[in-house]
Amino acid sequence: MADPNKVDPIHQFQITDIVSFGDGGISFTNSALFMVLTVGLIAAYLILSTQKRALVPNRVQLVSEMLYEFVAKMVSDSAGKAGMKFFPFVFSLFMFVLVANMFGMIPFFFTVTSHIIITFALAMLVFAVVIIYGFWKNGFKFLKLFVPSGVPAYVLPIVVPIEFVSFLSRPISLSVRLFANILAGHITLKVFAGFIVTLGGLGFLGWLGALLPLIMTVAITALEFLVAALQAYVFAVLTSMYINDAIHPGH
Amino acid sequence: MAGSAQDIIYVAQAETGDALQEGTVVAPAEEHAATDAAHGTEGTHASTEAHSEVFPPFDPASFGSQLLWLALCFAALYLLMSRVALPRIGSIIETRRTRIEGDLKEAERLRQETEKAAAAYEAALAEARKNAHAIAEETRAGIKADIEGRRADVEAQLSKRVTEAEARILTDKTAALANVATIAAETAQALVARISGSATAAEAKAAVAAVNKE
Repeated sequence: MADPNKVDPIHQFQITDIVSFGDGGISFTNSALFMVLTVGLIAAYLILSTQKRALVPNRVQLVSEMLYEFVAKMVSDSAGKAGMKFFPFVFSLFMFVLVANMFGMIPFFFTVTSHIIITFALAMLVFAVVIIYGFWKNGFKFLKLFVPSGVPAYVLPIVVPIEFVSFLSRPISLSVRLFANILAGHITLKVFAGFIVTLGGLGFLGWLGALLPLIMTVAITALEFLVAALQAYVFAVLTSMYINDAIHPGH
Repeated sequence: MAGSAQDIIYVAQAETGDALQEGTVVAPAEEHAATDAAHGTEGTHASTEAHSEVFPPFDPASFGSQLLWLALCFAALYLLMSRVALPRIGSIIETRRTRIEGDLKEAERLRQETEKAAAAYEAALAEARKNAHAIAEETRAGIKADIEGRRADVEAQLSKRVTEAEARILTDKTAALANVATIAAETAQALVARISGSATAAEAKAAVAAVNKE
């Protein structure tokens, strides 16, 4: 860090204050800035592109409609008609994660989803929604979630704890999956890009050698775009499935 | 800072016993002040000092701020989506769907109408064809009857004329045959007169009648 030429793959995750509000830890940071940008971009795009409410959509409006129908289909396929109550929630999650991931692909931009506290908070939100709605809708029948139907009674003492633990581990797996994918991807990208710089400083042979990490960087960039979209999709699909559990607790 | 405090302690220790006594009293106070300062640094400049040691995504110092802004941003996003964007997109899609359904229904209705019209046309055509056939048949029958009638007339007239003609021929023949005796008598008289010089008409007639009888 002291040497400005040395590539530090961790530096991109550092949170720095942009506007400080005292020492309360509520400063407006680069992370906050990109969250605001993410929300702003999503809202601006979806609202402005559908301003005309065209019966025959143009391209920008079509993108909004496709996103809508994509998530709507995802929710109704996993959670049925009753699950459509949660469509705005799943849609917001999907768009937030997707756009935050995509923002992260732009050089020098901060990746909001590369911090576990963010992904964990989102996962806990899903978890809380599932538990609260599950109990509110089904009462104690929600606990049937841990008792799969059609399982013989003598297996239940084994199955129920497994189900319970797997249920409790959901927010962890949901958050770590997204966080780890994004974090690892960005570190890998930075490390390989760093090789180019380091090798490039070694003269002609170094330039030749730098070709290899250059190709890798390009390939990993493409892969990271895929991961960015895929992880948003996975997050949304799993959320829909968990919501389905809250609506229909019996397996 | 802690290092300089230690130095002070050592410096103090190097001096006289009184000073040593003093030093040991002073040193903890200084050390305390030093650690206080260090704590202060960690507390106020968490974002600069702490980050160089802790892996940033696991640095609890930034959790509060991130959670706060995430809550604000996500709440805003959820409200914007559920109140503005999604109802609008939903209504656009719904309007289009009902419009397409309506158009398809209208098209189906029109198609059925067309089919009905085509069927009516077919029926009318068949009826007309049948009528035409009947008219043709009737006309043909009428003409045939007419022709038959006229032919019968003509035939009747012809046969009447034939019988009349036959009757005339018969009378003419009998008349002619009746005249034959007279002509023969006259011829015979003329012949006899030429040969024998004289012959009466009565004799000639008798001779002809005698010949006729043979």
